[in-house]
Amino acid sequence: MSRRVALEASHAVAEATRMADVDVISAYPITPQTHIPERLAEMVAYGDLDAAYIPVESEHSAMSACLGAAAVGARTFTATAGQGLELMHEVVYVASAMRYPVIMAVANRALSAPLSVWGDHSDAMAVRDTGWIQVFCQNSQEAFDLTIWAFRVGEDPQVLLPVMVHLDGFTLSHVTEPVLLPEQSEVDRFLPRYHYRFALNPDQPMTHGAFGPPEIYAETKLAQAVVFDNCKKTILQGWQEFRDIFGRHYNPVEEYRTENAETLLLTIGSFTETAKIVVDARREKGEAVGLISLRLWRPFPFEEFRRAVRGAKTLIVFERAISFGLGGPVVAEVRSALYDEETRPKVASIIGGLGGRDMSEEDFEYVIDRGREVAEKGSDRVLETVGIRGESEALKR
Amino acid sequence: MTDKLTWKDMEVGNIVKEAGNACFRRTGDWRTERPILDKDKCIKCALCWLYCPDASIKPGEDGYYEADLYYCKGCAICARICPVEAISMTEEEER
Repeated sequence: MSRRVALEASHAVAEATRMADVDVISAYPITPQTHIPERLAEMVAYGDLDAAYIPVESEHSAMSACLGAAAVGARTFTATAGQGLELMHEVVYVASAMRYPVIMAVANRALSAPLSVWGDHSDAMAVRDTGWIQVFCQNSQEAFDLTIWAFRVGEDPQVLLPVMVHLDGFTLSHVTEPVLLPEQSEVDRFLPRYHYRFALNPDQPMTHGAFGPPEIYAETKLAQAVVFDNCKKTILQGWQEFRDIFGRHYNPVEEYRTENAETLLLTIGSFTETAKIVVDARREKGEAVGLISLRLWRPFPFEEFRRAVRGAKTLIVFERAISFGLGGPVVAEVRSALYDEETRPKVASIIGGLGGRDMSEEDFEYVIDRGREVAEKGSDRVLETVGIRGESEALKR
Repeated sequence: MTDKLTWKDMEVGNIVKEAGNACFRRTGDWRTERPILDKDKCIKCALCWLYCPDASIKPGEDGYYEADLYYCKGCAICARICPVEAISMTEEEER
């Protein structure tokens, strides 16, 4: 029997981590992630969670401590945001290559400069290629559910990969919403005890983290790519089992009112919920507008994505990051995913919500209207954005 | 040996399950200079054995300490540390 409680998304992540009976937490507080490690530290201090909380002096050390914990077979969790994710960057790659299933919540935050503690996806886009399984949450319930699910998938013996759970800084991390909390017995049924076959053990000495000379490095990378390719089936299986036990269903690409849609809006993360309101309004008016949201970001859900956009005339990608000299990082991947399709929608790219800029329903209305125009006629602007003052005067040379 | 392995042979996370297998790795082929011991000068103090970073210097049956050239990288720390200058470095010849 689930309990319905009001929880901030950050606290939902902490509660999920507690119910997952994590062994080791190592994190460094940084806005807007702070409430996650703060709550976990509290749980450990009050004896509500039997885990080791390792305070550290930086995010680089937080991830390093997590690797050490994972090496002895501990269930391991950390959380960070923005600059913190940048500071731990090199160790983020090590976790995936060494196949340590560290689970990390990222309360997405803009990157300096100028200094900003507010939300966008610059931090997430900078870790696209780190070899972590990555998902984006839309609401507090998802933040809870996907954290539990992350342990189940990452620790699967067929997978052994770290998982990043992204939640938008402030617009999600600090929002209190009703969350259905399951019984501990249900979580235990979903998430078996973690047994790591290669745990460091003085009785059976072995080496973790040896170097890889040129005659072997490339083979290790191909092996890693193959594992990453294979993890998709466990990801789907994990969501299937989740539905069987908890009754909520997740999929790599969420489709919302996409039936016979001519125009599709694509969002990731908490943009999705506002987009749904605007899509509903357009449908009320009789417009064939639908929405797709990428929940699974890595591995990129090619199959589900292509299926979701099939038949649409226009696809408008609305995202929260800039790749300077390229445009939107998400739209670049989306276009690439569509290239080999015989029929494909025209794609428009619009960027907004940078550094915590609020995106209202009106902004989403603009995105749909302007997106259609841009898809049809192209754009002469350096970037197509919403809500950036003077944008129409920033013309391409 | 490792250049015959394919990606399928890679251990999970590139773990090395066999402890102490560094002894199979011939690091001596990195060497550009080799240490030569003058037994007339050597006082068998074992400082070279103590300082060798690769543990490639070993005591022989006669009590003298000499470098195992399968491992010795020719770093010359032994020559530098020797209190009686019994070890000299000589260029490896092109082969």
